[in-house]
Amino acid sequence: MTDSKYFTTTKKGEIFELKAELNSDKKEKKKEAVKKVIASMTVGKDVSALFPDVVNCMQTDNLELKKLVYLYLMNYAKSQPDMAIMAVNTFVKDCEDPNPLIRALAVRTMGCIRVDKITEYLCEPLRKCLKDEDPYVRKTAAVCVAKLHDINAQLVEDQGFLDTLKDLISDSNPMVVANAVAALSEIAESHPNSNLLDLNPQTINKLLTALNECTEWGQIFILDCLANYTPRDDRESQSICERVTPRLSHANSAVVLSAVKVLMKFMEMLPKDLDYYGTLLKKLAPPLVTLLSAEPELQYVALRNINLIVQRRPEILKHEMKVFFVKYNDPIYVKLEKLDIMIRLASQANIAQVLAELKEYATEVDVDFVRKAVRAIGRCAIKVEQSAERCVSTLLDLIQTKVNYVVQEAIVVIKDIFRKYPNKYESVIATLCENLDSLDEPEARAAMIWIVGEYAERIDNADELLESFLEGFHDESTQVQLQLLTAIVKLFLKKPTETQELVQQVLSLATQDSDNPDLRDRGYIYWRLLSTDPVAAKEVVLAEKPLISEETDLIEPTLLEELICHIGTLASVYHKPPSAFVEGSRGVQHKRLPGSAGSGESVESPDPGAAATETPPAVIPSQGDLLGDLLNLDLTPTTTTGPPPPTTSGMQMGAMDLLSGGLDSLLGGDIGGNPAMGAAFGAAPATMPASFNAPGSGGLDDLFDLGGGVGMPMGALNPPKAVWLPAMKAKGLEISGVFVRRAGVIQMEMTLTNKAMSVMTDFAIQFNRNSFGLAPAGPLQILTPLSPNQSIEPLNNLQVAVKNNIDVFYFSCQYPISMLFVEDGKMERQVFLATWKDIPNDNESQFQIKDCHLNSDAASNKLQSSNIFTIAKRTVEGQDMLYQSMKLTNGIWVLAELRVQAGNPNYTVSSVALAIGPIINQNGFENGFTNQAL
Amino acid sequence: MIHSLFLINHSGDIFLEKHWKSVISRSVCDYFFEAKEKAAEPENVAPVLQTPHHYLITIYRGKLFFLSVVQTEAPPLFVIEFLHRVADIFQDYFGECSESVIKDNVVTVYELLEEMLDNGFPLATESNVLKEMIRPPTILRSVVNTLTGTWSNVGDTLPTGQLSNIPWRRAGVKYTNNEAYFDVIEEIDAIVDKSGTTVCAEIQGVIEACVRLTGMPDLTLSFMNPRLLDDVSFHPCVRFKRWESERALSFIPPDGNFTLMNYHVSSQNLVALPVYVKQSISFFDSGPCGRLDITVGPKQTMGKTVEALMVTIHMPKAVLSANLTATQGSYTYDLATKVLVWDIGKLNPQKLPNLKGSLSLQAGAPKPEDNPSLNIDLKIQQMAISGLKVSRLEMFGEKYKPFKGVKYLTKAGKFQVRT
Repeated sequence: MTDSKYFTTTKKGEIFELKAELNSDKKEKKKEAVKKVIASMTVGKDVSALFPDVVNCMQTDNLELKKLVYLYLMNYAKSQPDMAIMAVNTFVKDCEDPNPLIRALAVRTMGCIRVDKITEYLCEPLRKCLKDEDPYVRKTAAVCVAKLHDINAQLVEDQGFLDTLKDLISDSNPMVVANAVAALSEIAESHPNSNLLDLNPQTINKLLTALNECTEWGQIFILDCLANYTPRDDRESQSICERVTPRLSHANSAVVLSAVKVLMKFMEMLPKDLDYYGTLLKKLAPPLVTLLSAEPELQYVALRNINLIVQRRPEILKHEMKVFFVKYNDPIYVKLEKLDIMIRLASQANIAQVLAELKEYATEVDVDFVRKAVRAIGRCAIKVEQSAERCVSTLLDLIQTKVNYVVQEAIVVIKDIFRKYPNKYESVIATLCENLDSLDEPEARAAMIWIVGEYAERIDNADELLESFLEGFHDESTQVQLQLLTAIVKLFLKKPTETQELVQQVLSLATQDSDNPDLRDRGYIYWRLLSTDPVAAKEVVLAEKPLISEETDLIEPTLLEELICHIGTLASVYHKPPSAFVEGSRGVQHKRLPGSAGSGESVESPDPGAAATETPPAVIPSQGDLLGDLLNLDLTPTTTTGPPPPTTSGMQMGAMDLLSGGLDSLLGGDIGGNPAMGAAFGAAPATMPASFNAPGSGGLDDLFDLGGGVGMPMGALNPPKAVWLPAMKAKGLEISGVFVRRAGVIQMEMTLTNKAMSVMTDFAIQFNRNSFGLAPAGPLQILTPLSPNQSIEPLNNLQVAVKNNIDVFYFSCQYPISMLFVEDGKMERQVFLATWKDIPNDNESQFQIKDCHLNSDAASNKLQSSNIFTIAKRTVEGQDMLYQSMKLTNGIWVLAELRVQAGNPNYTVSSVALAIGPIINQNGFENGFTNQAL
Repeated sequence: MIHSLFLINHSGDIFLEKHWKSVISRSVCDYFFEAKEKAAEPENVAPVLQTPHHYLITIYRGKLFFLSVVQTEAPPLFVIEFLHRVADIFQDYFGECSESVIKDNVVTVYELLEEMLDNGFPLATESNVLKEMIRPPTILRSVVNTLTGTWSNVGDTLPTGQLSNIPWRRAGVKYTNNEAYFDVIEEIDAIVDKSGTTVCAEIQGVIEACVRLTGMPDLTLSFMNPRLLDDVSFHPCVRFKRWESERALSFIPPDGNFTLMNYHVSSQNLVALPVYVKQSISFFDSGPCGRLDITVGPKQTMGKTVEALMVTIHMPKAVLSANLTATQGSYTYDLATKVLVWDIGKLNPQKLPNLKGSLSLQAGAPKPEDNPSLNIDLKIQQMAISGLKVSRLEMFGEKYKPFKGVKYLTKAGKFQVRT
């Protein structure tokens, strides 16, 4: 007969039936009923309604029934706290039962009832049990303190249970000691500074004695606790090690690993010339190897820890390479970890074997594993110099397989090999170049580009190769773009004559057509560098690179030390300090390895303060200069659009010509800068208002007058001007302005104020290229078209340059998008319908307009005055749906659906655009409204 | 420590949950399901997962996931060991560890879990102790229960063993036939490369004991050649000091079946492989086919017969079918899993078994890149390949004369041949 029968009764009256059975007079029937209740509870059914009936069965001599009722109580007490109090009496009674096992059972169950109300009733029985004559009761009570602490920490402290618990560490029974340590450790985790586990040589001695006699789990608790102790000297350290080593032969791998932790930590204190030190090292290897024959999950944790141990003390496992060889049926997570350790252990002695293995792995099926194996070959080459040649030839063999991901990985690692051994293996470049077309991963492409740039002088068609990458420049990832920029600059410095066009092309791509600030900055730096001093550029760009270190992936030493102290814990699996991930780690203390005595070798990390003082002084140019520079750069390309002058003196001339235009204006800007700045605060500024309207602003019909609803004096309708360029930043010139749309013309109204001492003349204005193609309709002064720079979010951002006799000033301002809606934005009904359907959903965006107290007709009128036209209106369930269209100056149509619900001041707008959906954002609509409200 | 346990079946249903502290919502398992989704094979799910508030530590046993939720910085090995112990106990109690069996015995399972852990701390994990408190289901008892209607699996005796300082042995053991049997079982893990050279080979040994002795016997097991054993791990009952000084195992045994010790032999000269394999698997560039030729022969068998010999090959995906002839045994090729199994049986040294023939590939498929590996299974009775031998077993503390016996068995563990 099986328990499944308890699951078959899912009829409606089930609870009712059970209730009747629970109240039956027959003991057997009662028991049977409790069982059914428990079974239902186990599978997640709610049987809490039976609480009083089940608790009634608690007063029984039948141990089984008692246990079952306890099980039930633990589960449901939380949801029925008032009822749970009914059970308290029984617990108190059971805690005084002559049978120690019943006492223990009662105290154990009590702690599991997580109800605040009854905790205070439990203190007295718990106190008694902590001092019980029977060790079994004491050990159970020790755990109960931890449980109670979890529910009500304050209560536990007030009642002095923590001190009682500390006393239990000196208990005569090893099990009690182990449980007391476990409970204290758990409590200490929430009070990192409470010094609960105050370890001294006497307690350590007690713990070591208990260690030999308690259960395997108790041993883990004790060992973990021991690991927190810092011995006074190397002799104490040695004696602890001696008493811990037998644990290395335990069948439970957690015991073994905890013992390894204690030994790894205390070994630090032993002098290295001591015989015992050598013996200990030898003893550590076999248990670690044994861990690898266990279940894969255990292997995984063991391998993560071995990874740390090998970094700290490579000598322990240096002869055990073979146990880390991968079997094809290992789970992938074990394979990857083994591979990591193989590389760490690779040395001249075993490299042949390792390489043979790695080559074998590179032909396996699992892609991740194969990739890592290929990468490992490269790492071996870097680590063991003697093997580099063999590694390279292995990698070449693998490239011949033409398996796409193998080739890509191989190229990435070959790049590193080149960096480690420059001028040694360049003969393979030809082979690499053959595979150029098959590279589709950014990392591999970037690596290949790096190689081409670095060895440009040896690759005849380097320019062609790089040019081919340049075609799809904007589709590449940042990594590749950056690498391509650098590589072409390198190429230019090496072969200036043929590659001028190429370098110009890449510089303008990087600086003008890219959204990426890193790329842009790097572009500008190269550009400046090439224009000011090509010799210096050569020195900088083609500088000798530092060789890459043997192992780039080693864990940083102080972190490694901390992790060694956490062997066997989650921190050791993640390779992160506990403070980095433990939930609510209230200031978890950082553990340190003890300094070694005798050998005089300090493992303490240097004072952190020392490192901080060495920060190099940062040179930050003043913002004004920077802006000036950038602006100059923007202007220059237009001056060099003609054929480059014949380069007679090689690259130096070429570079100078290329950028010479920028230098003059740069000088001008710098000179003019400072005095004007000082003058900005002059006491009597000569104000020279220079208000002007952009040409073509003949009509003054205000757009808002058409709205009709609100009659307001015309002047008041003008939105106030905002300060766009403060005088502080522009050497005394202050610009404020506003955008308006008048009679189908977008107008930018600006007020220029001279707040400087001197007279300003020669004004000119220029807009940067922008999303809607805004440009001054008529010149303010003689202007050359400003070269395009870059587009910046938000789209309606306009960058403006204003020039006078002092300098060029540069600022940006946002214009309301509603300004861009043109008058002929009314779409035909039929066209509207068809277009709405055609536009993909991705282009749609939705938002709400809050607090707009207008009915749909008024709204539609107002919007029309801002050139948002209502095409159709539909009323559905009290909601008015307005279908509207608008057209932007650049010809993009935007269609919108406005939902207006009577009485609800919030409108919902869904808008779709033919090309660019999300751009028509809330602003456009709100502007339409707020302009009205003014 | 351990906060909650979820049992999850192959298809991802949570069919049992147990919380030792506050209740944690099932939704925490979603992170695990996500990881399971990503890993193609269930055995490839990483055993330690991090979620925003919890850590999930999982083992995969018998097509079930045992997923435990941990909230503090607990040692993962501790949790994994414990989970395996839970699975072992289920196995021990119900004969197998499967979803249906667990569902059939859900009350027992729940009681067991309650006894095994208290507030996340392991309480009683020894099957000896547990069986005193919670009786395993037996056919006889279930028949009796059905007839009488009295149904109980909770023992009315109390776990007295928990009070003593030898918690692994229950008190008051009585047998009419007193017997102690030991099985020395060795598994060979080896990798052999294309040319037949051993890349690495090691032996995982275990001594399984079945001891049914009355009272409190104190046993001493000694070996002819204990020097072989330099990497050992013992059941807690073994006195480590005696091992250090005398190289003999001295212990008071648990009652019933238990693992006395594990050992590991890895030094190359001691590990001799019992068979050799001559193989060639090749695919032609010209057409969609390939050839296969495998011969197995005896190497180091010390005159014993190699039995239950079996060769398993995971073929590349492109292999459609195999047309082979075996001189001995039979072969099957599973189209779905691409696994070729050649079941040979006993190895006859006079007439070496051979499997030969052609493989056909999917038309148009490129020549497979990966080389299939051969997995070898075998058994040799009455021999421990490391040469380990028990010299004698002595018993102290009791007067009677027990039956004693030692058996040896060598098996292939992860024994693979690369091509």
